[in-house]
Amino acid sequence: MTSKSFSNPYDGDIDLRHGRNCTCTSCNSNTTSTSKAEDTAKPQPTFSDTDEALSHMVESAVVRAMFGHNDISRRSFAKLLGGGTLAAALASVFPMEAAKAAIADSLGKPEKSKLSVGFVPITCATPIIMAKPLGFYEKYGLDVDVIKTAGWAVARDKSLNNEYDAAHMLTPMPLAITMGAGSVAEPYLMPAVENINGQAIVLHVDHKDKNDDPRKWKGFKFGVPFEYSMHNFLLRYYVAEFGLDPDVDIQIRVVPPPEMVANLKAGNLDGYLSPDPFNQRAVWEKVGFIHKLTKDIWDGHPCCAFACSAKFANTMPNTYGNLLKALIDATQYASPATNRQEIAEAIAPKNYLNQPVPVIAQVLTGRYADGLGNIHDVPNRIDFDPFPWHSMGVWILTQMKRWGYIQGDVDYKTIAEQVYNAADAASVMKSLGLEPPTKTYKSYDIMGKTFDPDQPEAYVKSFAIGQG
Amino acid sequence: MSTTLKARVLSVLLLLGLLCIWELSTPRITDAENMTEYELLMGGASEEARVPPPSAIILKAYEELTDPLYDNGPNDKGIGIQIAYSLYRVITGYTLAALVALPLGFLIGMSPLAYKTLDPFIQVLKPISPLAWMPLALFIIKDSEASAIFVIFICSIWPMLINTAFGVAGVRRDWVNVARTHELTDFRTAFTVILPAAAPTILTGMRISIGIAWLVIVAAEMLVGGTGIGYYVWNEWNNLDLTSVIFSILVIGVVGMLLDSMFARVQTAVQYQE
Repeated sequence: MTSKSFSNPYDGDIDLRHGRNCTCTSCNSNTTSTSKAEDTAKPQPTFSDTDEALSHMVESAVVRAMFGHNDISRRSFAKLLGGGTLAAALASVFPMEAAKAAIADSLGKPEKSKLSVGFVPITCATPIIMAKPLGFYEKYGLDVDVIKTAGWAVARDKSLNNEYDAAHMLTPMPLAITMGAGSVAEPYLMPAVENINGQAIVLHVDHKDKNDDPRKWKGFKFGVPFEYSMHNFLLRYYVAEFGLDPDVDIQIRVVPPPEMVANLKAGNLDGYLSPDPFNQRAVWEKVGFIHKLTKDIWDGHPCCAFACSAKFANTMPNTYGNLLKALIDATQYASPATNRQEIAEAIAPKNYLNQPVPVIAQVLTGRYADGLGNIHDVPNRIDFDPFPWHSMGVWILTQMKRWGYIQGDVDYKTIAEQVYNAADAASVMKSLGLEPPTKTYKSYDIMGKTFDPDQPEAYVKSFAIGQG
Repeated sequence: MSTTLKARVLSVLLLLGLLCIWELSTPRITDAENMTEYELLMGGASEEARVPPPSAIILKAYEELTDPLYDNGPNDKGIGIQIAYSLYRVITGYTLAALVALPLGFLIGMSPLAYKTLDPFIQVLKPISPLAWMPLALFIIKDSEASAIFVIFICSIWPMLINTAFGVAGVRRDWVNVARTHELTDFRTAFTVILPAAAPTILTGMRISIGIAWLVIVAAEMLVGGTGIGYYVWNEWNNLDLTSVIFSILVIGVVGMLLDSMFARVQTAVQYQE
């Protein structure tokens, strides 16, 4: 849509609105947009597709703003920031007050309704998966095939090949892809986190005597699902806090999650920090026990995410918007404990996770057996919260720096803000009647150590063990 | 009763005997009547993954084979559909390989110069495991379907190429000389004399290739996932469902055997006695 509102987005003084007397072509051709601020003050134009046009406009503005394009809604931006140098950084402030109302009800018709979304069969992907059987994609006019993927290397390649329109990824992956770490560099976006918590350290049943003190783990072989994963960074962080150098004292291997239990059973691994249901499955198979939930390392840590290429979001803003809406809606639905049993049953079949229902139910409801003879009740063992905090991105980048995955000077905040698309998540959350946070940075307390997102470099240097 | 018939009967009895031993040695596990909540959450002994008795596999086979074409979404399709996907990949990759390998093999076999030129490349490329190509193929071709086909192509090309070259080079000089005294053109010599003479060797190469292609497709599909018999095995491994895994192993074996016996027939047809 060519809209007058986009022609000079940085100038707050020129009236670009398509008012009633506007003579521009798009108004004459029955497509009118008004600035949402004036909606109540002025008589409403009676065109049938006003809402559609309006939401399209605002959505485009949000999306374009995110990627540093120039086509930005004048009112939203000029008023909020006074025009001038608008960089990617303003993305974090912009949509909270500006875009919400317009995106509210109807986005435009998706440019493409038949989509492929990849997932790795783990409970972290719950919102992406359940949105299919529980009809969230349909609700937003999308016909989505959720495609099971063997591991993250393949998920990454299939995403970069455009076989998947969007995919379930680990939160560090879009950062790594954007920076070209372990991949070709391609601007990626992560507009929503899938789950928080929900991982665990599992040890082989033979190591029950070493459960009390990680210092006894010297020489252990651990599995993690991917190099650029929270699992890898949390495991490294955890053992390092107990004085073990993860690059020297233990061995960390990359093992695709579905192969974790088989490898533990075969004695190839002494333990792993992996996504569920494979932690609970190890208990179910009586080959492992749960040493620690990752929730107890960092309560509220992000894990998996929904990600797509910046190109996809740019070229198909309505599809992207609807998909994001469907996922945030699903994520929201997954959060209350009362829905968890239903979800467990919906995602257990062969087409999705292919796991016994009781295993998934234990993960999702948080009432579980730990393999040591105890039953625990931890309702937030896994939780679902879509908001992609920029501070999470900064933390991940500090760990990538700490363990030598990235070298040199890192512009932590810029990268986190470019990739973690908090603005889109916030506007969609608003439109669904949710309350997004009003800031995008906060500090975390991880095993008694405070992380300050404003001092990333000092944080990296503060660790005794590491390569930073 | 002929010896063959006796042998057949004995084979069957042996199989049945072994299955009976397997069946009887698999412990029947039933859980206690009243399990505590902890036991329930642990799944009890009966839920644990273990090697199943033959009866469970037969039951599984019956279920799968009576409904081979069901389609419950992109990640759960019947065994017939999975086999069809795998066969499609194998046949496409294999055909492409044959189109390249047979003419090239002919050239190499007929020209010592071409043989000497290409030999170093063949020697280096031949021993590479086809799966090692997979990451590179995914990156360059940018399509997982085409990558799987490429892997089949690259693994089935070598036996065909080498056997064709070997067969063509090994045609008796007398026969070629006879053709020359009859003043046949090179083209006619190639098709009426050399091709029939080299056919058994070429067919051996083709038979080896199809066997390798079928071996490799399972591994390739486990890697890229999505569809195919390899994905089926992977998906069931995911769930540690050994009954399905054993069933699919049997299916893979049977299909591989059928492919092989097809080529065996063609091979007998082109066989000749000197």
